[in-house]
Amino acid sequence: MSYTIAEKVLKSHSTADKVFPGQYIEAEIDLIMVHEQLGGRIHKEYEKLGLSEVWDPNRIFFILDHWVPAPSVSAAQMHKDCRNFAKKYKFIHNMGMDKGICHQVLPELGFSRPGMLIVGSDSHTTTYGAFNCLSTGIGATDVVMVFATGLLWFKIPESFKINLSNELGKGVMAKDFILTFIGNISTKGALYKSLEFHGKGIEKLSIDSRMTISNMVVEAGAKFGVFLPDRKLENWLSNRTTIPYTLVKPDKDAEYEDVFEYNLSEITPVVAKPSNPDNLAYIEEVEGLKIDQAFLGSCTNGRMEDLRIAAQIMKGNKVNSNIRMLITPASTEIYLRALKEGLIEIFLKSGAIVTNSTCGACIGGHLGVLGENEICISSTNRNFTGRMGDPTSQIYLASPATVAASALAGKIADPREVYP
Amino acid sequence: MEIIEGSAYLLGDNINTDDIVPSHTLTLRNSDEMAKHTLEFIDPDFVEKTDKLNIIIAGNNFGTGSSREEAVNVFKILGIKAIIAKSFARIYFRNLINNGIPAIAINWKNTDFKTGDLIKIDLNNGIIKNQTQKFSFEFSTLPPFLREILEEGGIIKKLQNQFKLH
Repeated sequence: MSYTIAEKVLKSHSTADKVFPGQYIEAEIDLIMVHEQLGGRIHKEYEKLGLSEVWDPNRIFFILDHWVPAPSVSAAQMHKDCRNFAKKYKFIHNMGMDKGICHQVLPELGFSRPGMLIVGSDSHTTTYGAFNCLSTGIGATDVVMVFATGLLWFKIPESFKINLSNELGKGVMAKDFILTFIGNISTKGALYKSLEFHGKGIEKLSIDSRMTISNMVVEAGAKFGVFLPDRKLENWLSNRTTIPYTLVKPDKDAEYEDVFEYNLSEITPVVAKPSNPDNLAYIEEVEGLKIDQAFLGSCTNGRMEDLRIAAQIMKGNKVNSNIRMLITPASTEIYLRALKEGLIEIFLKSGAIVTNSTCGACIGGHLGVLGENEICISSTNRNFTGRMGDPTSQIYLASPATVAASALAGKIADPREVYP
Repeated sequence: MEIIEGSAYLLGDNINTDDIVPSHTLTLRNSDEMAKHTLEFIDPDFVEKTDKLNIIIAGNNFGTGSSREEAVNVFKILGIKAIIAKSFARIYFRNLINNGIPAIAINWKNTDFKTGDLIKIDLNNGIIKNQTQKFSFEFSTLPPFLREILEEGGIIKKLQNQFKLH
């Protein structure tokens, strides 16, 4: 039998002799990530089992990031429930609320490594596919199942092969590629599928860029978004972990349900218009549309590469006086590096507001909620109705470069025209 | 569980988890309070309608978006017995099965159902009957593995039984 990466990793984590798409298996989980969901349904449901322990406190990564610091009494209570549970069940990797957003902090600390099977109580858990592992989001009951047994049921997915060639142009980012892909395939185009990223184009993509792509595969409905490994990944991992791992590559004649070719040099800046991530438009179609807020941050685009390109565009310039710009680094580590590089100073001097690391604005939770009929250009991942605030507000998803260029113009702008 | 009867409530394509449970309600600690906001941006009267309508029939990619299981739990609280859709987002599908709510994927045409139609679902034989418009659909039944979870009333009950046995 020849296997795709998804088939290989799921098989190696199960007792099945062979696997095939559509087959149901039970797999052993290497690591589970939980955030505030723990204080939502998870802790209540787990207590119903009457167990005094969890299956393996060393395989649980717990972090608070969605409502940090608590913007309301109910959020504060939720955090308390989370902390109490983590203490009661002796979680070893308790990250608290000062580290940043789960999908950035977990890889930074070397918890996502090739060949692993990782699940998390968040749909954007697909992000770790950038590190050549299988990772996907699950709901509260699934988390309870893993806490109790370390096992989870999976359907073996069909895989799509996505061949990337060449290199993105100046002012064009990985976000433009993934928005283009989602726009082409639609938000149901990859339902249940494992997306496997291949090709020479990978080598030219930074790890930050790969994370952006894996992060948003779920917006096309995908279960996994996994990259083939390369030297760049190994170098990155060598600074983050000493734990040994084995790189996973698909077999030569592995079967793919579909194959897509993307020449990265042909990608141009795009946005996803309200209110679905597949509502694709070229920047030329929306250029000049007045905005009220520009947001740069989130697990999709709050990394060093994102902050650097925004700072290059914003240096010495002012955010348009009719709008506000909010910048949320994806982690505290990134915040510190951005401070050291002088990026935070550039942002503050340009009139942007820099917040602590949190999911706040992206989920309409706090630190930048939209009012009635307001329009926001945002580097986040979802532009659903009411996602960032009032149901009449509108979100245009775009790359950090486009967000920065638009913040200066006070309207949606083409980053290629201002890119230094 | 094998036979489910109820009245249809129709929804379109890409109904997402933010539609079902708006983010601003997610920190509410009382699930019944949260359920009062179900689909509030789509249909402000939805909660009232669930007094009579208890089978959701939706379009493609139902439940797309977040992993928030509250988006299944609110339907459970409101007495929704089953969800039929042209297709489901994967986490949402898992969450339905794990919570013991049947999720049935069929390709239906917009003329097949109206809100209020009386629906009868035979889970074991894979038949959906629209009793108002007097016709039936066949669907491929869920694999035995998933039907077992449904029959036990969801994963939590399944685990409770499992741990009691040991």
